[in-house]
Amino acid sequence: MAFTRFSGTGLASAFALAIAFGTTAVSAETSVSIGFQQEPTTLDPTSDATASIDGIITHNVLESLTVVNESGEVLPALAESWTISEDGLTYRFKLRRDVTFHDGTEFDAEDVKFSFDRAMAEDSENPTKGIFNPVERVTVIDPHTVEMTLKNKDAFFLFNIARGDASIVAPESVDQLKTAPIGTGAYRFEGWTRGDRLTLVKNPDYRAADTVEMDKVVIRFISDPAAASAALLSGELDAFPGFPAPEMLPQFEADPRFTVTMGSTEGEVILAMNNAKPPFDNVEVRRAISHAIDRDAIIDGAMYGRATPIGSFYPPHGPAYVDLLDTYPHDTDKARAMFEEAGVAGSTMTIRVPPFPYATRSGEIIQAQLSAAGIDAKVENVEWGFWLDEIYKKQNYDMTIIAHTSPNDMGNFARGKSYFYGFEDPEFTDLWDRISTETDPDARNDLLQQGQQYLAENAIHGFLFQLPRLGVYDARLRGYWSASPVLYEPRASMSWAE
Amino acid sequence: MSYFIARRVAGFLLTLWAVSVVVFAVMNVLPGDPALTILGIDSTEEARAALRARLGLDQPVVLRYLDWVMGALRGDFGQSYSFGVPVSDLIAERLPLTFSLALSGMVVTVLLALVLGVTAAARHGRPGDWGIMLLSQMGIAIPAFWLSMLLVLLFAVKLRWLPPGGFPGWGDPVAALRALVLPTAALALVQSAVLARVTRSAALEVMRLDFVRTARATGFGSRHILWRHVLPNALVPIVTIVGLQFAGLVTGTIVIENVFYLPGLGRLLFQSIANRDLITVQALVMFFAALVVTANFLVDIAYVIIDPRLREARG
Repeated sequence: MAFTRFSGTGLASAFALAIAFGTTAVSAETSVSIGFQQEPTTLDPTSDATASIDGIITHNVLESLTVVNESGEVLPALAESWTISEDGLTYRFKLRRDVTFHDGTEFDAEDVKFSFDRAMAEDSENPTKGIFNPVERVTVIDPHTVEMTLKNKDAFFLFNIARGDASIVAPESVDQLKTAPIGTGAYRFEGWTRGDRLTLVKNPDYRAADTVEMDKVVIRFISDPAAASAALLSGELDAFPGFPAPEMLPQFEADPRFTVTMGSTEGEVILAMNNAKPPFDNVEVRRAISHAIDRDAIIDGAMYGRATPIGSFYPPHGPAYVDLLDTYPHDTDKARAMFEEAGVAGSTMTIRVPPFPYATRSGEIIQAQLSAAGIDAKVENVEWGFWLDEIYKKQNYDMTIIAHTSPNDMGNFARGKSYFYGFEDPEFTDLWDRISTETDPDARNDLLQQGQQYLAENAIHGFLFQLPRLGVYDARLRGYWSASPVLYEPRASMSWAE
Repeated sequence: MSYFIARRVAGFLLTLWAVSVVVFAVMNVLPGDPALTILGIDSTEEARAALRARLGLDQPVVLRYLDWVMGALRGDFGQSYSFGVPVSDLIAERLPLTFSLALSGMVVTVLLALVLGVTAAARHGRPGDWGIMLLSQMGIAIPAFWLSMLLVLLFAVKLRWLPPGGFPGWGDPVAALRALVLPTAALALVQSAVLARVTRSAALEVMRLDFVRTARATGFGSRHILWRHVLPNALVPIVTIVGLQFAGLVTGTIVIENVFYLPGLGRLLFQSIANRDLITVQALVMFFAALVVTANFLVDIAYVIIDPRLREARG
């Protein structure tokens, strides 16, 4: 009797489970709903720098010749292979033959030439036109072979042409890129309700369609962190790859329904100093500021402990990383003595802070740390448009806090006095020239280490921490990136665990 | 009466013109280059110049203003800098949601406030009155965004009765209505708190008047007196506040739409300011200004309908 009853309830609950799983599985197994804080403005990564355009479209709808994986390695995409000439100036790309655009047009070498010529044209509005500067010309050898001739060697060329800015588009559909992009990727653009959601559906003609598990990817735009958190908790969202509020993560970590990830990005957060303006032109003052800063306290206070400190301008996950955290150990007394010696003790220094949580929170802590070392530090919170105008364009600032999110961006220090750092040193410019033209990886890493040492030694800025990428995912979700070496992330590998 | 309306219409047009000048001027002195905002800090000056030329930002300010006004008069508000589609399309796309939200917010606010306010007045000085006044005091003190979060935590996260945000569109009316319940509640609870207090004091004032005593002496029931005699005579201050609150409701949707990630005009305004999409911001501010001016206009007309004595006074 007892046995019968037991099996009866067991059967009933198994049945209930089957219903519950059956109903969720229909929608859940082949679709995923992902939250983004920033909504794209247009859908064209070749004419707008908005990061979410790359995050959604690049290497999902549109593809480039190459692609970069989660560890930052360059892999083939639309180009199946390539050869580089002895002198490093000629790249010959062999293109895939099994590719068509979503509207059925054939993909061939003419599309590659068209896309590059368009990005390099005089009236081009490409947001990173600079990456095309080394390209002299693009030549179609045959429908499936393209040759690119460079003016000078470029160590980052294959990495750069993986970007969304170098997406391959067809002349037939280029006019609709901003609103309904037609590409060659694993997903087609289906629809976009501005302010609410954007939907991608699986491209049945994709060359590896049988490996793509998600039939539908729905991107929801939720800018408010509390709303994002509620949407995850209520099951409206399956994932939030760039979760904006580190302080809200503990509740997800404590909840077995979720997985929380902290991955590295290419974003170095720095306390930028206006090297062209006294007293920041004095290396001793910059060093004193570096001594006054306590990175651990900043990371604890501003990032709730979720970030990796940096001692120079290079990401800790990179192959050329050197640990320079101890170049200027935190020492308030020493900083005070150095400020006094330089004759700036008690003077006013203003930190103009852009409206990003990592920056505003860090700003207040650094203000307290500089004050402790005898500086009359002030924080001025400014709006992003103001920051771009006054700090970035007009160099009207003492110090600011900003994340540099581009990969391979040590070249910023070789951009001359007109760049907002106000810094120029022929020695470093020369070093960067060698780095950016050195195509042998080992030799390049050696040079990159020298670069890191130079920047730390001369305390060009205060180097704070690497911006983390915090993600919250449904625990059953697989195949996503926790690190983010580039602005895009291919979603074709996503799937639900059995 | 017609003189009164003509004067109001002239005032309406003049206000809109003044708003257009102010908005345009503010947008132009505001720091922030749209081209730099769109193309980002890694862009070359050459690419930014090309974009500025395409957007017409290299033209003199006066010329751009005239262009914009002439276009606006024909219903053409230009093309959004950042979205790359006509601004009028953006507004048309989002208007139905904001309109539904503001309307449902208004209806719930008025119903709730009248019931609570009149009930409190009827129980003047007794526990029911205190209770309602305490609640309304709390309603005034609680910011709408915080109340929204509490509602979401309870009804979406804990109980899972309603979605935490988003709007599926009117294609599925049931889902659309469900999506509007929490935002409407968040809007209306806060707004009705103010209105309930006004209703209560207006009703109390009228209840002291002689005709109410007469009605009572005639033998009408207290409920009949409250709703048929007291409320209609207390309407003038209530309508004034409702008119003022309409502006609050429209601006309230900006906050609410962000908390509930609803694709409405408020969220569009928010995004456009961040994107330095000046041409969209201009059109939206004009639109909101027109709404508020229209609301005030309607309130003025409503006075005349409610209180015939004002007709003579205003000519």
